[in-house]
Amino acid sequence: MRNTIRTRGRSRLTIATAGLAALSLVVAACGGDDDAAVPAVDDVVEDIEDAVDDAVDAVDDVVDDIEDAVDDIVDDAGDDAGECETVDSVTLQLQWFVQAQFGGYYAAISEGMYDDYCLDVTIAEGGVDIVPQQQLADGAVDFAIAWVPKALQSREAGADIVNIAQIFERSGTLQVSFVEAGITTPEDFEGKRVGNWGFGNEYEVFAAITEAGLDPATDVEHVQQQFDMVALLEGDIDAAQAMTYNEYAQVLEAINPETGELYQPEDFNVISYEEVGVGMLQDAIWADAQKLVDDAEYRDIAVRFVAASIEGWAFCRDNPEACATIVTDAGSQLGESHQLWMMNEVNKLIWPAASDIGITDQAAWDRTVEIAQNTANLEGATVLAEAPSPDAFTNDIVTEALALAQDRGVDTGGSGFSPIEVELREGGE
Amino acid sequence: MTRRRLRTFALALVGLLAVAVLWEFYKLVGPQRGGEIFGWGILPRANDNVMPHVWDMFARYTEPDRRGSETRIWQTVLGGGWFTFRLAFLGFAIGAVVGVGLAVLMARFRVVERGLLPYLVVSQTVPLIALAPLVVSWGGRVQVGDFVWPRWLSASVLGAFLAFFPVAVGTLRGLKSSPPAALELMDSYAASWRSSLFKLRFPAAVPQIVPALRLAATASVVGVVVAEISTGLQGGIGRLVIEYARQATSDPAKVYTAVFGAALVGLGMAGIVALLDKLLMRGRPPTEPDIVMGATT
Repeated sequence: MRNTIRTRGRSRLTIATAGLAALSLVVAACGGDDDAAVPAVDDVVEDIEDAVDDAVDAVDDVVDDIEDAVDDIVDDAGDDAGECETVDSVTLQLQWFVQAQFGGYYAAISEGMYDDYCLDVTIAEGGVDIVPQQQLADGAVDFAIAWVPKALQSREAGADIVNIAQIFERSGTLQVSFVEAGITTPEDFEGKRVGNWGFGNEYEVFAAITEAGLDPATDVEHVQQQFDMVALLEGDIDAAQAMTYNEYAQVLEAINPETGELYQPEDFNVISYEEVGVGMLQDAIWADAQKLVDDAEYRDIAVRFVAASIEGWAFCRDNPEACATIVTDAGSQLGESHQLWMMNEVNKLIWPAASDIGITDQAAWDRTVEIAQNTANLEGATVLAEAPSPDAFTNDIVTEALALAQDRGVDTGGSGFSPIEVELREGGE
Repeated sequence: MTRRRLRTFALALVGLLAVAVLWEFYKLVGPQRGGEIFGWGILPRANDNVMPHVWDMFARYTEPDRRGSETRIWQTVLGGGWFTFRLAFLGFAIGAVVGVGLAVLMARFRVVERGLLPYLVVSQTVPLIALAPLVVSWGGRVQVGDFVWPRWLSASVLGAFLAFFPVAVGTLRGLKSSPPAALELMDSYAASWRSSLFKLRFPAAVPQIVPALRLAATASVVGVVVAEISTGLQGGIGRLVIEYARQATSDPAKVYTAVFGAALVGLGMAGIVALLDKLLMRGRPPTEPDIVMGATT
């Protein structure tokens, strides 16, 4: 196919060149009759020859381009034909807009991991009112990323979904306060204005308060928090809820009016709920439970999807800068240093993975369920009324996926992982 | 005529300037840490984090949208605005067609009016944010023949959902506003319902339809922007508003670049309706809707 095009292109070119050359000879010959006109005719002939040269060059370029394009197509077709009998289309629902929090999935697209596993993955970004596990339960998407407590809540309400890969091993939720407020442990929340985001994001805060022996209803003043950190900086909140990978960076990107420089980590006390012992499991891949049982093809796709995603996350672990760039190219408006910070912090939540990335740790699961069942918020509501059935998560899919990825030489434990140092700039730029 | 236009333009500019001056004046005299009146914390903080300077907001437009990026913020905002504008225009068009269609049905059959109108009113009390995730999940799932429902079309549909209502109500009112004498004249000609619709009722309804369209135009922008925000549709001004709002902690002025962009889209849509107004109302005296007889003869 490629050769046919080349030959055909070349032969047409030859004919065209020959034709023009003949024409110029004729012109030259005609010019011979009138001596005075000869120089002029010569000029014309030269012009024509130049033009022909230019045209030949241009045609050559086009031919080259076509050849390149054909090469690409042939290569792609070769890959597909060589390894994939069919390519399966998969849609993944995120919890929020494209950002480094989801770097592994974007990397698996742009670095070709999904291609390698014969998958064509479309990522559906989240929005303010998109509930990923609901989109999954409605059948609008094939897989969804969701925090475990919220997904379990939907599951209790009837969504037939199952956690097939616990990507984030650790919770990234913090409570950040100025050093002057003297809040170093949850016990210090007493009598303070403590911010939380509500909408099911507040349970770690309430669990920490309860664990500290305080009554969430009377001992602490709760403040509903926006998704920025202005309230903390303006002094409306003593301790603000923050994710390591996002809101905490936001305060470190802001100018401290007293020094004229950026706020420094030393300016803040940070309580990590993971360290306090009330961390709840966060980003996990959820799948349609019924389809996983009934539909062998869907199950097979799930294994390949998890395997490729794991490879994407491994890529982001080893190439945080490249991964941050991939996410930015996918349309994220976050600044460069903020994006890299997020990538690095997300890596810390995943790596090193004690029992390989994606494996749900029974103890962490039980702790999450325990808090979800026993911690009441201000309205007295708990996330879960009763414990979820044991089939709310499965390690079967991810175990098969890990074997696939390991066969391809991917390090799925990341025991040698060490985070990079990211310097935040003003506004996260 | 041109002098009058110049005057209108100048007045609009002065109006905008007055808002900016008021903003800056409050920043100058307002309490930096906010204030209370009779125990109510209603005085907003005047500091730069909460109320950035107007010139800071506009200065942002010339800055790159990301470090090292060739694209300036004004280009990003204009690009987002254009995206949203197209969605809103489609929503407006769908809303206008559906609205007029429903109005004609209701004007023709009283029973339809009695049965349908309450539902139209109810439809507008459904919160858009409750509807958005539902409509968005049609994206990629609804398929008619070769046509696969794209995600962005959901945003247009939500715009249309807000836009059709004023058009339906306004047009219905307009269609019923023909002078009785004119209707009797049409009857005496034994005119069919259709010809009295096109020759009398529609021309008579124009003064009611145009303001309804104006409401619909801005409503469609609101619908599309809210849909973009709540469903995370990439590319439009709604998405930019929320992306920039996330950076408000360290760069409060940046949010306003997108907010002004949204306002610009609204102005654009209103401008289109103003043109439509000129077109529909040509040859009419500006404030005498009763002279419709002239148009029919």
